[in-house]
Amino acid sequence: MQIEKSETLPIRMETHVVEARQMVRKWAIDLKFTLTEQTKLVTAASEIARNTLIYGKGGDVTLDLVSDKGRTGLRLTFVDQGPGIPDIELALRDGYTSGSGLGLGLSGSKRLVHDFDISSSVGNGTKITLTRWK
Amino acid sequence: MDRIPILKLGPFLLVTIQVDMHDKLAITLQDDLTQKIVEKKARGVMLDISALDMVDSFIARMIAHIATLGRLLDAHTVVVGMQPAVAITLVELGLNLTGVKTALDVDKGIKWLEHAVTLDDQILAEETGRDLDANREE
Repeated sequence: MQIEKSETLPIRMETHVVEARQMVRKWAIDLKFTLTEQTKLVTAASEIARNTLIYGKGGDVTLDLVSDKGRTGLRLTFVDQGPGIPDIELALRDGYTSGSGLGLGLSGSKRLVHDFDISSSVGNGTKITLTRWK
Repeated sequence: MDRIPILKLGPFLLVTIQVDMHDKLAITLQDDLTQKIVEKKARGVMLDISALDMVDSFIARMIAHIATLGRLLDAHTVVVGMQPAVAITLVELGLNLTGVKTALDVDKGIKWLEHAVTLDDQILAEETGRDLDANREE
Protein backbone atom coordinates (compact mmCIF):
# COMPACT_ATOMS: atom_id res chain seq x y z
CA MET A 1 0.00 0.00 0.00
CA GLN A 2 1.33 3.41 -0.96
CA ILE A 3 0.61 6.72 0.71
CA GLU A 4 0.25 9.50 -1.86
CA LYS A 5 -0.62 12.32 0.48
CA SER A 6 -0.96 12.76 4.21
CA GLU A 7 -2.18 15.26 6.77
CA THR A 8 -2.59 15.15 10.54
CA LEU A 9 -5.09 17.18 12.56
CA PRO A 10 -5.46 17.45 16.33
CA ILE A 11 -8.63 16.29 18.11
CA ARG A 12 -8.41 18.02 21.44
CA MET A 13 -11.61 20.01 21.60
CA GLU A 14 -15.13 19.83 20.21
CA THR A 15 -14.48 22.24 17.35
CA HIS A 16 -11.67 19.95 16.21
CA VAL A 17 -14.25 17.21 15.60
CA VAL A 18 -16.05 19.59 13.24
CA GLU A 19 -12.78 20.56 11.55
CA ALA A 20 -11.77 16.91 11.16
CA ARG A 21 -15.02 15.96 9.45
CA GLN A 22 -14.83 19.02 7.18
CA MET A 23 -11.32 18.00 6.14
CA VAL A 24 -12.49 14.42 5.50
CA ARG A 25 -15.32 15.82 3.36
CA LYS A 26 -12.85 17.92 1.37
CA TRP A 27 -10.56 14.97 0.72
CA ALA A 28 -13.48 12.73 -0.17
CA ILE A 29 -14.69 15.31 -2.70
CA ASP A 30 -11.18 15.63 -4.16
CA LEU A 31 -11.11 11.85 -4.51
CA LYS A 32 -14.45 12.04 -6.36
CA PHE A 33 -16.34 9.82 -3.97
CA THR A 34 -20.10 9.94 -4.57
CA LEU A 35 -22.19 12.06 -2.21
CA THR A 36 -23.41 8.98 -0.33
CA GLU A 37 -19.87 7.62 -0.02
CA GLN A 38 -18.65 11.00 1.24
CA THR A 39 -21.44 11.15 3.78
CA LYS A 40 -20.70 7.65 5.08
CA LEU A 41 -17.03 8.42 5.49
CA VAL A 42 -17.63 11.81 7.12
CA THR A 43 -20.17 10.30 9.52
CA ALA A 44 -17.81 7.47 10.48
CA ALA A 45 -15.05 10.06 10.99
CA SER A 46 -17.32 12.11 13.23
CA GLU A 47 -18.20 9.11 15.39
CA ILE A 48 -14.62 8.02 15.87
CA ALA A 49 -13.31 11.58 16.34
CA ARG A 50 -15.79 12.04 19.17
CA ASN A 51 -14.63 8.77 20.75
CA THR A 52 -11.03 9.95 20.49
CA LEU A 53 -11.95 13.21 22.20
CA ILE A 54 -14.25 11.87 24.92
CA TYR A 55 -13.01 8.38 25.74
CA GLY A 56 -9.44 8.80 24.51
CA LYS A 57 -9.10 12.20 26.24
CA GLY A 58 -7.95 13.72 22.96
CA GLY A 59 -5.58 12.66 20.20
CA ASP A 60 -4.94 13.09 16.50
CA VAL A 61 -6.34 11.98 13.18
CA THR A 62 -4.21 11.34 10.14
CA LEU A 63 -5.77 11.42 6.70
CA ASP A 64 -3.97 9.39 4.05
CA LEU A 65 -4.65 9.18 0.37
CA VAL A 66 -3.68 5.58 -0.24
CA SER A 67 -3.34 3.39 -3.30
CA ASP A 68 -3.16 -0.35 -3.42
CA LYS A 69 -3.40 -2.77 -6.35
CA GLY A 70 -4.64 -0.07 -8.69
CA ARG A 71 -7.35 1.27 -6.42
CA THR A 72 -7.31 4.44 -4.37
CA GLY A 73 -8.86 5.13 -1.03
CA LEU A 74 -9.04 7.45 1.91
CA ARG A 75 -7.62 6.11 5.14
CA LEU A 76 -8.23 7.74 8.50
CA THR A 77 -6.14 6.86 11.52
CA PHE A 78 -7.28 8.03 14.93
CA VAL A 79 -4.77 7.77 17.73
CA ASP A 80 -5.14 8.64 21.38
CA GLN A 81 -3.14 8.02 24.53
CA GLY A 82 -6.21 7.52 26.68
CA PRO A 83 -7.18 4.68 29.01
CA GLY A 84 -7.65 2.18 26.18
CA ILE A 85 -10.48 -0.30 25.62
CA PRO A 86 -10.32 -3.40 27.86
CA ASP A 87 -12.69 -5.55 25.79
CA ILE A 88 -12.69 -4.59 22.11
CA GLU A 89 -15.12 -7.32 21.12
CA LEU A 90 -17.64 -5.98 23.60
CA ALA A 91 -17.03 -2.37 22.53
CA LEU A 92 -17.75 -3.33 18.93
CA ARG A 93 -21.12 -4.81 19.76
CA ASP A 94 -24.21 -2.86 18.68
CA GLY A 95 -25.80 -1.11 21.60
CA TYR A 96 -22.81 -1.38 23.89
CA THR A 97 -21.90 1.92 25.47
CA SER A 98 -19.55 2.92 28.22
CA GLY A 99 -20.85 6.48 28.23
CA SER A 100 -23.98 8.37 27.42
CA GLY A 101 -24.02 7.52 23.72
CA LEU A 102 -26.30 5.23 21.81
CA GLY A 103 -23.65 2.58 21.63
CA LEU A 104 -23.46 2.73 17.88
CA GLY A 105 -20.29 4.74 17.46
CA LEU A 106 -17.82 1.91 16.88
CA SER A 107 -20.12 -0.76 15.50
CA GLY A 108 -21.99 1.71 13.30
CA SER A 109 -18.82 3.29 11.91
CA LYS A 110 -17.51 -0.12 11.00
CA ARG A 111 -20.49 -0.58 8.69
CA LEU A 112 -19.81 2.74 6.97
CA VAL A 113 -16.32 1.89 5.71
CA HIS A 114 -14.62 -0.99 3.92
CA ASP A 115 -11.70 -1.64 6.25
CA PHE A 116 -11.88 -1.14 9.98
CA ASP A 117 -9.06 -1.89 12.33
CA ILE A 118 -8.79 -1.27 16.02
CA SER A 119 -5.98 -1.88 18.44
CA SER A 120 -5.95 -0.82 22.02
CA SER A 121 -3.87 -1.35 25.08
CA VAL A 122 -5.19 -0.58 28.54
CA GLY A 123 -3.39 2.41 29.98
CA ASN A 124 -1.66 3.28 26.69
CA GLY A 125 -4.33 4.30 24.26
CA THR A 126 -6.27 3.30 21.19
CA LYS A 127 -5.65 3.36 17.47
CA ILE A 128 -8.52 3.04 15.02
CA THR A 129 -8.04 2.88 11.27
CA LEU A 130 -10.86 3.34 8.76
CA THR A 131 -10.49 3.00 5.01
CA ARG A 132 -12.97 3.55 2.28
CA TRP A 133 -11.93 2.52 -1.24
CA LYS A 134 -13.07 3.98 -4.49
CA MET B 1 -21.48 32.07 22.31
CA ASP B 2 -22.86 30.57 19.08
CA ARG B 3 -26.58 29.92 18.95
CA ILE B 4 -28.91 28.53 16.35
CA PRO B 5 -31.83 30.95 15.83
CA ILE B 6 -35.36 29.83 16.67
CA LEU B 7 -38.05 31.62 14.67
CA LYS B 8 -41.68 31.91 15.67
CA LEU B 9 -44.09 31.15 12.86
CA GLY B 10 -47.65 31.56 14.16
CA PRO B 11 -48.19 28.81 16.74
CA PHE B 12 -45.05 26.99 15.62
CA LEU B 13 -41.31 27.31 16.10
CA LEU B 14 -39.00 26.96 13.14
CA VAL B 15 -35.37 25.96 13.47
CA THR B 16 -33.13 25.84 10.44
CA ILE B 17 -29.77 24.28 11.12
CA GLN B 18 -27.31 25.84 8.71
CA VAL B 19 -24.00 25.25 10.39
CA ASP B 20 -21.89 22.21 11.02
CA MET B 21 -22.76 21.84 14.70
CA HIS B 22 -20.29 20.93 17.35
CA ASP B 23 -21.75 18.99 20.24
CA LYS B 24 -22.22 21.90 22.68
CA LEU B 25 -24.08 23.88 20.04
CA ALA B 26 -26.46 20.95 19.59
CA ILE B 27 -27.07 20.76 23.34
CA THR B 28 -27.61 24.54 23.54
CA LEU B 29 -30.20 24.29 20.78
CA GLN B 30 -32.01 21.54 22.65
CA ASP B 31 -32.12 23.66 25.82
CA ASP B 32 -33.12 26.88 24.02
CA LEU B 33 -35.86 25.13 22.13
CA THR B 34 -37.32 23.54 25.25
CA GLN B 35 -37.52 26.94 26.92
CA LYS B 36 -39.01 28.60 23.85
CA ILE B 37 -41.74 25.95 23.54
CA VAL B 38 -42.95 26.79 27.03
CA GLU B 39 -42.37 30.54 26.77
CA LYS B 40 -44.21 30.92 23.45
CA LYS B 41 -46.75 28.18 24.18
CA ALA B 42 -45.79 26.65 20.85
CA ARG B 43 -47.99 23.91 19.46
CA GLY B 44 -45.37 22.56 17.11
CA VAL B 45 -41.70 22.57 16.20
CA MET B 46 -40.24 22.22 12.75
CA LEU B 47 -36.60 21.25 12.48
CA ASP B 48 -35.23 21.96 9.01
CA ILE B 49 -32.09 19.88 8.45
CA SER B 50 -31.88 20.29 4.67
CA ALA B 51 -28.55 22.09 5.01
CA LEU B 52 -27.04 19.32 7.15
CA ASP B 53 -24.72 17.16 5.07
CA MET B 54 -24.09 14.79 7.95
CA VAL B 55 -26.07 13.47 10.89
CA ASP B 56 -24.06 11.30 13.24
CA SER B 57 -25.32 9.46 16.32
CA PHE B 58 -24.91 12.54 18.52
CA ILE B 59 -26.97 14.82 16.28
CA ALA B 60 -29.51 12.03 15.73
CA ARG B 61 -29.85 11.71 19.49
CA MET B 62 -30.41 15.46 19.78
CA ILE B 63 -33.16 15.26 17.14
CA ALA B 64 -34.82 12.37 18.96
CA HIS B 65 -34.55 14.25 22.28
CA ILE B 66 -36.14 17.37 20.80
CA ALA B 67 -39.05 15.28 19.51
CA THR B 68 -39.53 13.62 22.89
CA LEU B 69 -39.21 16.87 24.83
CA GLY B 70 -41.64 18.52 22.43
CA ARG B 71 -44.17 15.76 22.98
CA LEU B 72 -43.86 16.06 26.76
CA LEU B 73 -44.47 19.80 26.45
CA ASP B 74 -47.51 19.37 24.20
CA ALA B 75 -45.78 20.41 20.97
CA HIS B 76 -45.63 18.26 17.85
CA THR B 77 -42.25 17.98 16.19
CA VAL B 78 -41.47 17.38 12.56
CA VAL B 79 -38.06 17.04 10.96
CA VAL B 80 -37.92 18.24 7.38
CA GLY B 81 -35.52 18.10 4.47
CA MET B 82 -33.27 15.21 5.33
CA GLN B 83 -30.85 14.64 2.46
CA PRO B 84 -31.03 11.16 0.88
CA ALA B 85 -27.34 10.50 1.54
CA VAL B 86 -27.90 11.35 5.21
CA ALA B 87 -30.87 8.97 5.40
CA ILE B 88 -28.89 6.12 3.83
CA THR B 89 -26.01 6.70 6.23
CA LEU B 90 -28.27 6.86 9.29
CA VAL B 91 -29.87 3.53 8.46
CA GLU B 92 -26.49 1.89 7.94
CA LEU B 93 -25.24 3.39 11.17
CA GLY B 94 -28.16 1.64 12.88
CA LEU B 95 -30.29 4.67 13.66
CA ASN B 96 -33.86 4.82 12.48
CA LEU B 97 -35.16 7.77 14.52
CA THR B 98 -38.23 5.83 15.61
CA GLY B 99 -40.94 8.13 16.86
CA VAL B 100 -39.67 11.14 14.96
CA LYS B 101 -42.10 12.47 12.36
CA THR B 102 -40.42 13.54 9.13
CA ALA B 103 -41.60 15.43 6.07
CA LEU B 104 -39.85 16.02 2.77
CA ASP B 105 -39.94 19.81 2.84
CA VAL B 106 -41.03 22.83 4.86
CA ASP B 107 -44.43 23.07 3.11
CA LYS B 108 -45.32 19.48 3.91
CA GLY B 109 -43.96 19.91 7.43
CA ILE B 110 -46.19 22.91 8.12
CA LYS B 111 -49.23 21.09 6.69
CA TRP B 112 -48.59 18.14 8.95
CA LEU B 113 -48.19 20.37 12.03
CA GLU B 114 -51.41 22.21 11.22
CA HIS B 115 -53.20 18.92 10.77
CA ALA B 116 -51.83 17.50 14.02
CA VAL B 117 -52.88 20.59 15.97
CA THR B 118 -56.37 20.62 14.41
CA LEU B 119 -56.78 16.97 15.30
CA ASP B 120 -55.69 17.65 18.90
CA ASP B 121 -58.19 20.49 19.19
CA GLN B 122 -61.00 18.33 17.79
CA ILE B 123 -60.29 15.50 20.20
CA LEU B 124 -60.16 17.94 23.08
CA ALA B 125 -63.44 19.55 22.00
CA GLU B 126 -65.12 16.15 21.71
CA GLU B 127 -63.87 15.00 25.07
CA THR B 128 -64.88 18.23 26.74
CA GLY B 129 -68.30 17.89 25.12
CA ARG B 130 -68.60 14.32 26.37
CA ASP B 131 -67.67 15.42 29.89
CA LEU B 132 -70.34 18.09 29.79
CA ASP B 133 -72.92 15.52 28.61
CA ALA B 134 -71.88 13.16 31.39
CA ASN B 135 -72.26 15.91 33.97
CA ARG B 136 -75.72 16.72 32.68
CA GLU B 137 -76.85 13.11 33.02
CA GLU B 138 -75.77 12.90 36.63
